[in-house]
Amino acid sequence: MSDAKTAENPSKSANSRKIAVDVQGASKIFGTGADRVAALDNVSVTIAENEFFTLLGPSGCGKTTLLRLIAGFEQPTAGQILLEGQDISSLPPYARPVNTVFQNYALFPHMTVAGNIAFGLEMLGKPKAEIKQTVAAMLKLVRMEDLANRKTSQISGGQQQRVALARALAPRPKVLLLDEPLSALDLKLRKEMQIELKRLQHETGITFIFVTHDQEEALTMSDRIAVMSKGKILQVGSPREIYDHPAERFVANFIGETNFLEGERTKKGVKLANGVELAVSLPEGLAGKSQVTIVIRPEHARLTARAKTGLPGILRHVVFFGTDTHYHVDLDACGEFIVREQNNRGAAPAFKAGDKVSIAIGENAAQMLRD
Amino acid sequence: MAHAAHHAEAARRKDIRNRWMLASPALVIIFLAAVGPLFVMLVYSFLAKGDFGNVKWEFSTQGWFNVVFYRDIFDDTLGFADANMTIFWRSVRLALITTGLTLVFGFPTAYFIATRQPNKRDMWLFLITIPFWTNILIRTFAMQEIVRNEGIINSALIWMGLIDSPIQIMFTEWAVLFGMTYVYLPLMVLPLYASMEKIDFRLVEAGYDLYATRLQVLRRVIIPLVKPGMIAGSILVFIPSLGAYVTPSVLGGGKNMMLGNLIALQFGAGRDWPLGAALSITLMVIVTAALLIYVRNAAKSGGGAHG
Repeated sequence: MSDAKTAENPSKSANSRKIAVDVQGASKIFGTGADRVAALDNVSVTIAENEFFTLLGPSGCGKTTLLRLIAGFEQPTAGQILLEGQDISSLPPYARPVNTVFQNYALFPHMTVAGNIAFGLEMLGKPKAEIKQTVAAMLKLVRMEDLANRKTSQISGGQQQRVALARALAPRPKVLLLDEPLSALDLKLRKEMQIELKRLQHETGITFIFVTHDQEEALTMSDRIAVMSKGKILQVGSPREIYDHPAERFVANFIGETNFLEGERTKKGVKLANGVELAVSLPEGLAGKSQVTIVIRPEHARLTARAKTGLPGILRHVVFFGTDTHYHVDLDACGEFIVREQNNRGAAPAFKAGDKVSIAIGENAAQMLRD
Repeated sequence: MAHAAHHAEAARRKDIRNRWMLASPALVIIFLAAVGPLFVMLVYSFLAKGDFGNVKWEFSTQGWFNVVFYRDIFDDTLGFADANMTIFWRSVRLALITTGLTLVFGFPTAYFIATRQPNKRDMWLFLITIPFWTNILIRTFAMQEIVRNEGIINSALIWMGLIDSPIQIMFTEWAVLFGMTYVYLPLMVLPLYASMEKIDFRLVEAGYDLYATRLQVLRRVIIPLVKPGMIAGSILVFIPSLGAYVTPSVLGGGKNMMLGNLIALQFGAGRDWPLGAALSITLMVIVTAALLIYVRNAAKSGGGAHG
């Protein structure tokens, strides 16, 4: 097992910093009897100060419930939530130094842009002069100075988004919670806001907890990602760790495209059904079973003419994607495998459907799953 | 070109004719039901009173004169009709208090219904409308059973030992207020509910999230958003309470007459139709003025811009 290495410790980057939010064994159960649903099932996670932390998962995975527990809109059925070491589980939302950017912004329709931003400060009883100053600074931060006196119904979706951010940032919360804030925007605006959010987080130095179902958003923006499914956190790590070293089938499937191969564990790695033996990285918490699944990203493999090494197969489809080309290969005895290769301008693909090919797997390309 | 212009002109005329034709059913109803009776009232208010009710077809301002002034039947001196003024003032006062009370009781009721699960709201609304099934006169007499000296309230208070002898509620303004609040409460709850149902309750969460306590959320978020409903409800309650007839006559008795009773009196025992007509128009003017002031103030303070 010398050349098989364990995935990096996901909490390594968090250890050096102070902990902002510490969720300890939080569960949330809705309904009783037959309607009983565990939206959150014994979840523990620590989020460092000044971190851009993302909760990623499909709808119904419990990510929004976890966010609402931290915000205080819901009380945990079991477990604790600590903010800078203090238990805030029983505090009402208005007593927590935490602010939320809501999915549909939830801007107050009866107030102006400036009125919305001032609201939190007014409720905190800040002096008038300070409120005025902070509101002006916030409007500048989100580049909305010109629209301060507009009603929120008179501005565009992207502008509403900025106001929602400014409103939540104005009271300088210890943690900013963002509940799928970009999902209502179109693609171009979404890309702009992704950069904007990173900038805001950098400039304010506030811990961001970001909820999304969009894997690309999570990969591009986060310092660390927690992948959630069915009320549990499956894996926590940096975007690179999550992408390169998915620990479970769900994680590998949910983030990016992946080839799954079945095989038997050997001393050197994994032996596939076609007899080829591959070196693999091992996940954390691996049980000692012999039949395992490994994943290989399509861009970590290369298509060659039929050779002695590599995985032999027949090329079935060639799909052109502009930036890259996908080759769908039927492997001998191992199912389908997709290889992605970067396109060069003017260069025609070297292979066509029906060719006998081999797939060369790069070193460190294969990752074993624990389930 | 001239030909085309001629055609366009003809088409335009036909279009206008068609529009009037289509609008005619509505116009007939509006004329018969609204403008017509008002016109009759206006005309009658400027006629002389007949000897046994009805009117004499001769021009007279006596009706209008009697709204404000009073000529003593013995010494023929001219005095201010302070009885009428007292009744005007009592009507406005009781109508305002009733509006306030229905708002106080109606707001939490509507909020309660609006925050139930969507499939249960209809049931609650249905319960609110149950009193409408019974005739208002019957309900008002039933209310006597509650407020009279041997009624439920007094019996209960005596039984609990809080009082020795019954409190006089019946035939006081309290009884009138009690009755009107009960009768008009649904008229406040329904528009309030319609407004509240539209509220995005995430706004309430946003309020809590931004450090607003329950009371602050109510004052700064919920009330501004349901203001259109509060205005509509207040109008719906204020207008009929100002001209209320049944409740003050059954629960208030002769001493607590309101405008509606005064007007009814002129067409009945008073046998002074012109005065009755003039009083009715006065009532309408008060209502219109009150509405204008109310709506203007509400618009100024930013209500009605919801959505």
